[in-house]
Amino acid sequence: MHIMEGFLPGPWWQIWFAVSLPVILYGIHKLNRMMEVKRDLLPLLAVAGAYIFVLSSLKLPSVTGSCSHPTGTGMAAILFGPAISAVLSMIVLLYQSLFLAHGGLTTLGANVFSMGIAGPVIAFVIYRTGMKAGLNFYFTVFLATAMADMATYLITSLELALAFPAQAGGILASFQAFAAVFAITQLPLAVIEGAITALIFKYVIQIRGDVLVKLNVIGEAGLRRIKEAAA
Amino acid sequence: MKIEIIVAVIVLVFTAQFIYVSSTTNAEFGGADGQAEGVIEELTGGTYEPIASPFWEPPSGEIESLLFALQAAIGALVIGYFFGYYRGRNKSNEQEFVKPGN
Repeated sequence: MHIMEGFLPGPWWQIWFAVSLPVILYGIHKLNRMMEVKRDLLPLLAVAGAYIFVLSSLKLPSVTGSCSHPTGTGMAAILFGPAISAVLSMIVLLYQSLFLAHGGLTTLGANVFSMGIAGPVIAFVIYRTGMKAGLNFYFTVFLATAMADMATYLITSLELALAFPAQAGGILASFQAFAAVFAITQLPLAVIEGAITALIFKYVIQIRGDVLVKLNVIGEAGLRRIKEAAA
Repeated sequence: MKIEIIVAVIVLVFTAQFIYVSSTTNAEFGGADGQAEGVIEELTGGTYEPIASPFWEPPSGEIESLLFALQAAIGALVIGYFFGYYRGRNKSNEQEFVKPGN
């Protein structure tokens, strides 16, 4: 899903850097504070980051006959919020752009925005709304992370469309052209990502359910209910 | 167990989809990123020159898969380590609770 090196002309790559930078700085600030007061969260943070590492390295074949990869950012977004997810995503995007020529340094701002900010914000909002509405916990996790995956690719299409408006039809027409490449390919991958993330959450609850309560991801009563349902 | 079964079914359907598509079409299964490059070329009439190129590119497909595999391995290692650590810790905590009663 990464926009390749050099494929965003000025002023767009600068604009996306400007948009992403404050979120990254806020995320680093949040991380520092979290590490001061709640050091025992560090392992879970590492797991969330590692999850992004694994999922974004898996290029999966899709119905369209082309390959794309999931993002893995939904889990970090639900646990730690979008700002910290943006920092974790940036680490992965840097690795891929430096060592794999996948994505790029000039397009880093745009890629951080689509994968590290837009996706996680969607995941966070859907998760919180779903939990408030009393939806099943695992279904909500599925929905939030699958939609975050889709959102990342739709925003990537939008970023490209803004930079390359079609001569006939403008931004909307080229958005459709880019979304046609990304969105259909991504749909099955988003379903897989949502399902696997829901499964991972089951295990996180088994081993460190207390941490989820501490992070305000679920309430005490909610945790008890989920654990009883599993027993 | 319920979630495990649902996930297994989804993965199976996904695999079946791949086998079906790959055996009935001549799809190349190239990256969607590369296709986006094609769309850019179409939209600009092939006039777009990338403003920058990567500092370094993996010299071959093999090296590229090596680095992708490395990325996945690092991630899987971290996840496995901490899941195992917590699992073991929870278990030993439970045993400590049992001991005094013996």
